[in-house]
Amino acid sequence: MKGTSTILVVLALLALVPVLTTSNVVLNFLVTTLLIALVGQGWNLLGGYGGQYSFGHAAFFGTGAYVTAILQMRYGVNAWLGFVLAIAAGALVGAIIGAMSFRSGLRGSYFALVTLAFAEVLRIIASVAPITGAGVGTLIKLDLRPEAFQFQSRVPFYFIALALVAASLIIVRMIEDSRFGAYLVAVRENEDAARALGVDVNAVKLAAMTVSAAITAAAGGFYAQYFLFVDSGIAYGPWISVEALLAPIIGGVGTVFGPLLGALVVKTLGELAKLVTGDAPGLDLVIYGGVLVLVVAFAPRGIAGLIADARRLVRRFHDKATMERGNG
Amino acid sequence: MFTPVILVPAVLNGLMTGAVYALIALGLTLIYGVLHIINFAHGALLTAAMFAAFFAHKLLGFDPYMAAIGLSPLFFLIGYGLQRYVIGPAAHGEDRNILLVTLGLAVVIENALLYAFRADTRTINLPYAFDVVEIGTAFIAVSRVIAFATVIAVALLLWILMRFTRTGKAIRAVAKEKLGAELSGIDVAHIYAVTFGIGTACLAIAACLLLPTYYVNPHAGNAFVLVAFTIVVLGGMGSVAGALLGGLFVGVVESLSGLYLGESLGQIGIFVMFILVLLFRPSGLFGARA
Amino acid sequence: MAEPLLRVENVSKRFGGLLAVDRASFAAERGRITALIGPNGAGKTTLFAMVSGFLAPTEGRIHYDGADITGQPPHKLARRGVARTFQIVQPFAELTVRENIAVGSHLYRPARADALAAAAKVADAVDIGDLLDTAATALTVAARKRLELARALAIEPRLLLLDEVLAGLNPSEVRDMVPVIRAIANQGVTIVMIEHIMQAVMSLAERVFVLSEGRIIAEGSPQEIAADPRVVEAYLGRGAAQRMTAGAANG
Repeated sequence: MKGTSTILVVLALLALVPVLTTSNVVLNFLVTTLLIALVGQGWNLLGGYGGQYSFGHAAFFGTGAYVTAILQMRYGVNAWLGFVLAIAAGALVGAIIGAMSFRSGLRGSYFALVTLAFAEVLRIIASVAPITGAGVGTLIKLDLRPEAFQFQSRVPFYFIALALVAASLIIVRMIEDSRFGAYLVAVRENEDAARALGVDVNAVKLAAMTVSAAITAAAGGFYAQYFLFVDSGIAYGPWISVEALLAPIIGGVGTVFGPLLGALVVKTLGELAKLVTGDAPGLDLVIYGGVLVLVVAFAPRGIAGLIADARRLVRRFHDKATMERGNG
Repeated sequence: MFTPVILVPAVLNGLMTGAVYALIALGLTLIYGVLHIINFAHGALLTAAMFAAFFAHKLLGFDPYMAAIGLSPLFFLIGYGLQRYVIGPAAHGEDRNILLVTLGLAVVIENALLYAFRADTRTINLPYAFDVVEIGTAFIAVSRVIAFATVIAVALLLWILMRFTRTGKAIRAVAKEKLGAELSGIDVAHIYAVTFGIGTACLAIAACLLLPTYYVNPHAGNAFVLVAFTIVVLGGMGSVAGALLGGLFVGVVESLSGLYLGESLGQIGIFVMFILVLLFRPSGLFGARA
Repeated sequence: MAEPLLRVENVSKRFGGLLAVDRASFAAERGRITALIGPNGAGKTTLFAMVSGFLAPTEGRIHYDGADITGQPPHKLARRGVARTFQIVQPFAELTVRENIAVGSHLYRPARADALAAAAKVADAVDIGDLLDTAATALTVAARKRLELARALAIEPRLLLLDEVLAGLNPSEVRDMVPVIRAIANQGVTIVMIEHIMQAVMSLAERVFVLSEGRIIAEGSPQEIAADPRVVEAYLGRGAAQRMTAGAANG
């Protein structure tokens, strides 16, 4: 499968980081970046490749986070098993929301609206339901053993995050090179034309949404294990829905590496904002919103698009130079 | 239980709050009907207007009902500028981009307010706001009566604007057939911006009507706009009649259900209704499919 | 004689107060080219939309290959061998010609490499093989029409519905397309074409149905149709046929 070489190179480089530095600050930054990259990978499958823009991906992130936490704390389930079940739960929520929305033919703005609404409903329920700890949230008890999916150092967390992102890169690349991927992109470009060629549009969208939700839920589950605290605002809040779409859009929608590139930019901007103004709530999102508008206005295909444009320019320049040399 | 003495005031109160819902919904449906976009920034803009009205009162001593006279042109200009110089150009006309740009704006506005003013909830103290007026056998708060009368006046003004002025006719032309309007020499970008501005001005007026009896915080606008979205989808995207009637209807339903079922249904109920309406009737009762 | 591959039986379509198609019936014989002509707004594309599953008839039934397919969704019909082109071409804009056609080829080929290879072959058959790596948005009108045709062919249809596939082409482009269409029919594909360009209809179609204001008003060979006064009136207005014969008589 072509393209794997790039993925492997990138992964290898990233894997070297803990060898080069022991700084907790750097590792923490990279772990949270990988986390957002993972969330973005999930969104990108449905939004970038499938063209269905969800404004409520928090629904899957939060489900992943809460299910992981609740299964451990209230039912004594093993942390790793809980993590796997959390992914399944996220996929289920995705399938349900998707089935309802696509059966009703919701597209474009309506789809965005309904996903927003679903995420909000979950947030409100989580903020009052006893099982989630209501307003207080859920704490995962400190238990620094690998069997409990908790580690003393950040390095194992880093490698797990890296592995998850690696898996998502491979999954997306495999989809890109498959019939499902071709159908997904066709649905994005023109649903009626796709139907006329035998594509079951609703089934394709539903499948994309389910996988997308699973990937995002994995990020949520990881978040819970890394930070050991979940509440309704963290799990289902607009911040994660915004970052879920911001990373792929900045990096390049519909590309394999877009979310990773974009996550790096988003996190860097966030850190810069914190440096300038401390931890005042709201400023980071102001910057994210502004960046979103700017990217859409000036670089709608994101960083990946800019790179492709630059390549094309270089090639044209090179061709012209070769031609002139031939004529001269 | 169902005696007129209880029902009539509940219905009247519902009509009054419904009027404000209708005004918010009116802006939203106008923007959809003409620009064919769902304005995700509507809630944030309402919140901004509420903050503006609040500070007009707190810092400049303006009575909110008077402030509406100054704030509506101001917000008209803000809305005009946003559409003309931000949303329009940034989106390059693509639907998916418009979604993202209005979302981006919403995030910026709401969080800028959060950053500037913190999450505290504020209220104003308007002495006469809760005085009552006797209508038939019911006692209705003055603020509610003023709200209802204002919304009727605004609706009438907009109707006159749409029917009899050149701008209004241009708006209707663009809403019906954009290409034809453009070919007839209408500056579509300008009309889009004017419509957006009208929608935002409606929000400013609604904010002033709400301030005497409600609170202000960075998330306040969202609750109302959610109801407005539900109304617009229910009444039909782009249908002015749908927005007005829908607003009044929802106001009455809310009032009656509050009377008989208590406040417990709360926000979840509104969201659930919104989702159900989206799933089962996105074309609404009056409007056309998106 | 074998049952026609497609039989449309008294089909009507009502949109609110508008009766777009009024008890229309026609049939397409296996392996033959059938044309559906008529003035603009007659309801031809609406009929195609119903045959290909994009709209459900208000009344009537549609039979394909002996089975009742009325109301079946488009993707299921595509899998049964019904393909259509769109009057306003609908390319997958951001994809190349090869990728566009491959979406169709994938119907019977799950593997990406197979679908892409098959797509190249179909492109050659329709003579756009040299444009395989061009983005759909960068194509000329004529090339886009061929792409539209190629995509439909990629799903290996038995019934091909061509909706004004020659519209927007200049005369030499039309002359180039006609043999391509005939070649498709020669391979056994049953074709129904909506067309306004009469020279193409005359040279390609074996049977012609005329639709006017939602109703089938005439059917026959192309020569019979050309001489039919009702057809002249449908296009040129009431009394036109008389005026024309009167004019010819007066010299």
